[in-house]
Order: sequence, then C-alpha cells, then structure tokens
Amino acid sequence: MKYIDPHIHMVSRTTDDYRRMAQAGCVAITEPAFWAGFDRCSADGFRDYYRQLTDTEPKRAAQYGIQHHTWLCINPKEAEDIGFAREVMSIIPDFLDCPNVLGIGEIGLNKNSKNELHVLEAHLALAKERNTLVLVHTPHLEDKLKGTRLIMAAVDNAGLDADRVLIDHVEEHTVGEVLDRGFWAGMTLYPDTKCTPQRAVDILERWGTDRIWMNSAGDWGDSDPLAVPKARMEMKRRRHPAAMIEQVTFGNPIEFLGRSPNFRVEA
Amino acid sequence: MQRTCPMTSQEIVDAYFLETRAKVLDIAAFLDRLDRGKTSGDDFRVQALRDVIACLIDGNDDRVRRIQVLLSDHSTDPIEAAPMQGAFGAPPKADGTST
Repeated sequence: MKYIDPHIHMVSRTTDDYRRMAQAGCVAITEPAFWAGFDRCSADGFRDYYRQLTDTEPKRAAQYGIQHHTWLCINPKEAEDIGFAREVMSIIPDFLDCPNVLGIGEIGLNKNSKNELHVLEAHLALAKERNTLVLVHTPHLEDKLKGTRLIMAAVDNAGLDADRVLIDHVEEHTVGEVLDRGFWAGMTLYPDTKCTPQRAVDILERWGTDRIWMNSAGDWGDSDPLAVPKARMEMKRRRHPAAMIEQVTFGNPIEFLGRSPNFRVEA
Repeated sequence: MQRTCPMTSQEIVDAYFLETRAKVLDIAAFLDRLDRGKTSGDDFRVQALRDVIACLIDGNDDRVRRIQVLLSDHSTDPIEAAPMQGAFGAPPKADGTST
C-alpha cells in the first residue's frame, strides 16, 4: 500500500532512509524548510539551503521513485532577529517558482514572542500575495496551546482561507480547535515530544479522519523516518479498515497538497 | 466516521497491558531516583508531574487532553522576546523562574 510522508527533513537523513522509505511504500514526501540545529550566520546560508531543497533533494529522492516537494521560509527559531529574517525572506521569491515548491512553510511560532509573530505575519502576507498553500509549525510542549491559538488568529487576520493552511504538530489539546476552525491538521510521530503512533491513532478514533494526516518530521534529532508506516501498522493492529488507513496516509495528503499545481504523485 | 476503537476492552488489555505496566514502573523509578538525589525541593517540572499524575486516578475520562492542558502556558499575549529556543515540558513559575 502506498503512503505519503508529508513532513520530513531529508537533508538531515541518509540515502539509506530513502531506500527504506521506498521499500515501505513511500511514493512522495514534502520537506518544509526548518531549523538546522544551529543558527545560520548569513542569508547566503539560507540561499544554499533553498538550492538544496529545490535541486539536490528532488534528484536524491528520484533515485528511489519518491517524488520530492518542498516549502520555503525562515523558521521561527531563527526569526527573533527581525532584520536578519527580512534579509532571508527577500531571497524566498527567487525560489517560489521552482517546480517542486508547494508554498510557504514551516512557518509559525516557537516561544510565542512578538518578533516571531511579526515574521509569521510577513510570511502569511507573502503566501496571500502568491496564493500559495501554507504549512504551519506549532510550538513545542508548554508553548503549543498558546502558540496554536496565536497562529490561528494571525492566519485569520491575514485573510487566508483556513482550508489552504495545514496546522502541524497537533496533539490532544489542540486538534479539536484546529479542525473546528476549518484548518487542516497534521500529527507528528515523535518518540518523546509529540505523538506516538498509538496516541495518533487514538486521536483519529476521537476526532475522526477528515482534514488530518500523519507525518514523521524525521530530522537530525531523535526521530523515525518510518514512523508513518508504523502508525499504519498500529491502525491495522486495531482492525481499522484499509480504506481508513489509506485515507489518512495517502488520500488526505493528496487532497490538501493537490491544491498546489506543483504537487505530483502517481495515484 | 469511525469514533471508537474496533478492539474490545479485553483485546486492548491483552495488547497494551505489558507496555503500560512498564511505563508506570518507569514513572515510579524516576520518582524513587529523585528521592535518592541530593537536590532540595522539587523542580517545577516535577511538581507539574505530581499534579498531572492525579489525573490518572481521578475517575474522569479525557485524561490525555486534560494533562496536556495542565502542562501548558495559559497566558495569551506574545512575550517581549524569546529567552531561549527550547521548551521545558511544563510552564515555568509565574515569576518566570524555572526552579
């Protein structure tokens, strides 16, 4: 059965991971721009990163039959310096027309600061101007509930359609509000700090399978690029029907991502 | 729309009891380890953990969501500046201190 991992940071993963994902049924991924684990010291560092996301990774993924797509931004962890963020953001339009770019992401908040919010608003304005999809990172742990609410208010204020915005990293205390307000929701399968596959399936059982997907967000930290197929196994273990498993891990990503003309996958 | 787990309660116990038992033992071991430590007084995160453990045995449902809310910052305005890039897992004390 095919699946899509709609949020994974392959620049931090080895080629072996591409192979194992392909063997597990992965046919497409989307890779949001993110924090590399350290703060970059120049805007040119981001230009090279965007080249990697739009040129190098699609070629690497193609070797294993995986369609690679990406989202561009300066992530909220490096958004506290507004001058630097503006300089980086000035580069983004140079890459938005690349054939694998789906939109702006993963933007959002980290510590819910005023400067982070300012940079988020600038990204949302760019998405509005270019009519792109948006992928949103919500803060970690104790900052998630407050940050998710601030982000949803900012999206509303920017005049974007909630239906074209995916709010990622939802958990039990945020998923209901995100879905009730018309956004798409993403569950991230992380060992300690986000959802386990078991809890993700619990969330599906409680809040349903409409406008929601699962991703590994595999990166340079403690994460698992095969988390999505493991969650599919958890659904199967509980005897959820194959159609439900396919909807959450293949159909729903296609429905949301297909709103970008640059999204390609063999159905 | 599927709103329930297709497994019976007995099947859920059979499938998940051992891993859940192990997690409870890990929590107990963590608290025992703290008792053997040399620090004085509870870190705010440990106090938060003691508070949320009560949710497990209060007889009410919706435990995970309620615990997540208890471990969340309930202020509503953006802060002036980000003091750090990481997160603690529980909100620091109201005066901003973390111990």
